[in-house]
Amino acid sequence: MRKAFGGVQALDGLSLAVPTGSVLGLLGPNGSGKTTTVSILATLLRPDAGRAIVAGLDVVTQAARVRQVIGLAGQFAAVDPNLTGRENLRLIGRLSRIGRSQARVRADELLDSFGLSAAAGRLVRGYSGGMRRRLDVAAALLHRPAVLFLDEPTTGLDPESRFALWDSVRDLARSGTAVLLTTQYLDEADALADQVVIIAEGRVADTGAPAELKARFGTVLFSLDFGRPEAARAAHAALASAGYRPQRDGAGIQVRSATGSGELTSVLRVLDGRAPDPVSVAVREPTLDDVFLSLTRGGEAA
Amino acid sequence: MSTTAIAPRQTAASRVTKASTTVTTALSDTASVAWRNLLTQLRTPQALVFATIQPVIFVLLFRYAFGGAIHVPGTNYVDFLMPGIFAQTVAFGAVGTAVGLSGDLRTGILVRFRALPMARIAVLGGRTVADLARNLLVVAVMIGVGFAAGFRSPRGAGGLLAALGLVIAFGYAISWGFASLGLRVSDPEAAQAAAVPVLFLLVFTSAAFVPSTAMPGWLQAFGTHQPVDALVNAERALILGGPAAHDVLISLAWSGGLLVVFALLASRTYARMGR
Repeated sequence: MRKAFGGVQALDGLSLAVPTGSVLGLLGPNGSGKTTTVSILATLLRPDAGRAIVAGLDVVTQAARVRQVIGLAGQFAAVDPNLTGRENLRLIGRLSRIGRSQARVRADELLDSFGLSAAAGRLVRGYSGGMRRRLDVAAALLHRPAVLFLDEPTTGLDPESRFALWDSVRDLARSGTAVLLTTQYLDEADALADQVVIIAEGRVADTGAPAELKARFGTVLFSLDFGRPEAARAAHAALASAGYRPQRDGAGIQVRSATGSGELTSVLRVLDGRAPDPVSVAVREPTLDDVFLSLTRGGEAA
Repeated sequence: MSTTAIAPRQTAASRVTKASTTVTTALSDTASVAWRNLLTQLRTPQALVFATIQPVIFVLLFRYAFGGAIHVPGTNYVDFLMPGIFAQTVAFGAVGTAVGLSGDLRTGILVRFRALPMARIAVLGGRTVADLARNLLVVAVMIGVGFAAGFRSPRGAGGLLAALGLVIAFGYAISWGFASLGLRVSDPEAAQAAAVPVLFLLVFTSAAFVPSTAMPGWLQAFGTHQPVDALVNAERALILGGPAAHDVLISLAWSGGLLVVFALLASRTYARMGR
């Protein structure tokens, strides 16, 4: 698919596939084309070139039928703050063509399964961010869509709401829904996705199962701060000669490890006597930023 | 032979069924969206209050501040004024359509609607129908305000009701014009800023507050050939008396014409979103 806005090429030949009953994680930084991709697949935008098939239907020529089988939730599709949770779901149910009585039944079912029954009669403008997001996802499920688009569903959520939403997404995939999830968070894709597609500048930068990607980018990262660039330079040389592939940024060094945090001992042993002691050491999981840095620096994976 | 003869008839029949399903669907979706918009308006009464305050101030200003200096032969000024106030009320009230839609555009509710298998016309239909209901309410309040200020509708209730029918029809037609505007700007304040000058021009060059005969010729030429003026003249003929048929027809023609043009324009804007 290709799509440009003004002179900016938002999608530049992007291809992907989501099998039934699976979750595809679409990862990318802001402006990489995630939302544009979802908008095209949900019939909100027309691609300039290329084709997209959702549940066997073409999103351009069969847009009306595509809307019958998809659900859309996320950062840019909202619920009405001046209606109650129940009123929102009943309205969207009726507009989803499932009939008035079925809309009532489904609304109550979904309020229950998303833990919103107690708040069902309250106006949404009084909901917390987490409750609003859950209602938003529930609103996408009234007509039991075969394909569900979730655009950054957990951005800005507290951990508890985030995990609750993850559980719901897993249940949906188990019940046979194909889920396309966009996110900025590697751990979210890791927790939910069967396959991950990393996009940057409107193109697929990398793709694979989360485990494969992690293996390629290392499971943990050691961040060593030496306080002074000269010290970091010495450490960089020592680590490089010992077969590591360190990255230096000013007075800091990053070392990727494929085996785990236990490797820190070996790293420090290499430095012993050949560079000043680091001021601080941190062990962290690689973030999307790290993955992107690796990708943009020619894929020098550990 | 028989199959070829039967097949087209079946197709025609199923096409009729399909068309009537489409119409039923469009009506029920429009009703659903209108219900949502009415609930929203009732729960954010500030907008409703402001929609009422402006025409009330105009009644006070023109009845008591300017009215003494405006001389309209053969009638009380307040009886002359109120038809103008009704027209002004729905004209400025139509801005609410633009503000409402641009608000839906900004919050993202429109995105949700556009991804649903609902009838496409229902977003605009539901908005304009809800705004029509709001117009009815505000105009009813203005009748009360008018009576309190001495308005007596000389030709009685029948003439007044017929005039209000024209007012509501005009309000509905221009509501569609503002729907187009609302879909193009995702900022309610920008929608308002764009709309108000045009309305001022139309309302104040018409005979809404002063007789057109007091205006210079070049202004009369514009002021007397536009829909607000046509509406006000038809209302006055019905409320104050005099030959009404011609003015009523002209006003209905304006409203009908504007409705068709604006509805097509707004539907096209909606259909082309995302291209």
